[in-house]
Amino acid sequence: MLSLTEIEALFHIIVNILIILSILTGTFFIISAAIGVTRFPDVYTKLHAATKASTLGVIGILIGAFLFLYLQHSIISGKLLLAIVFILLTNPVSAHMISRAAHLKGVRPVLNNRKDEYAEAMEKLKAQESTKR
Amino acid sequence: MTELLQTTESLLEITVYVGFAGISISLFLLMYQIIVGPYNVDRAVALDTMGIILMAVAALLSILLVTDKLNDIVLLIGVLAFLGTVAIAKYLEAGVIIDRD
Repeated sequence: MLSLTEIEALFHIIVNILIILSILTGTFFIISAAIGVTRFPDVYTKLHAATKASTLGVIGILIGAFLFLYLQHSIISGKLLLAIVFILLTNPVSAHMISRAAHLKGVRPVLNNRKDEYAEAMEKLKAQESTKR
Repeated sequence: MTELLQTTESLLEITVYVGFAGISISLFLLMYQIIVGPYNVDRAVALDTMGIILMAVAALLSILLVTDKLNDIVLLIGVLAFLGTVAIAKYLEAGVIIDRD
């Protein structure tokens, strides 16, 4: 039968392993995001690599920091949770703004064999506005 | 049991250093991308990713120094990186950031 101090030590061991796992997954996804940004051919695929992978990586590291502060030192840090929510809210918005800027500047995808639905929709909108006037 | 606990605690510290090493490698890769990138939009993508990764640096530093004072900095870096990315994207799109009509 385990004594109370042994149970507490076991709890801390499990918590440490959880923190180590979350930090390692975060680091792996951050490195894969950087490699993807360096290696992919055009802006749209680079955005695909950067936003998804770096979001998951940074959220993993923030979850590790939150677990460390909460379970080892009993500090509930609401700011880290707020930072996680903030990343989940703002990262798609900034990716969308960058990709729209790229499309309006005329940067074409490398695999250019699909029709451009966004340009067609914009031309249809312009035609509607000119007929209204 | 206590030896295992001490082992996992030293392993946690080593893991934090491994995280710092990985983040520095990825920052070097992104810096290369910022210098090389063929269009300005590629540079904007790399800058956005760098700003998000800096949040992870602050969080790892708060684990290493065992403090909660750095959590404000995590949130602040996130807000500033988002604002900077939006401003850069608007500049690349239209040439002006603030419209005056």
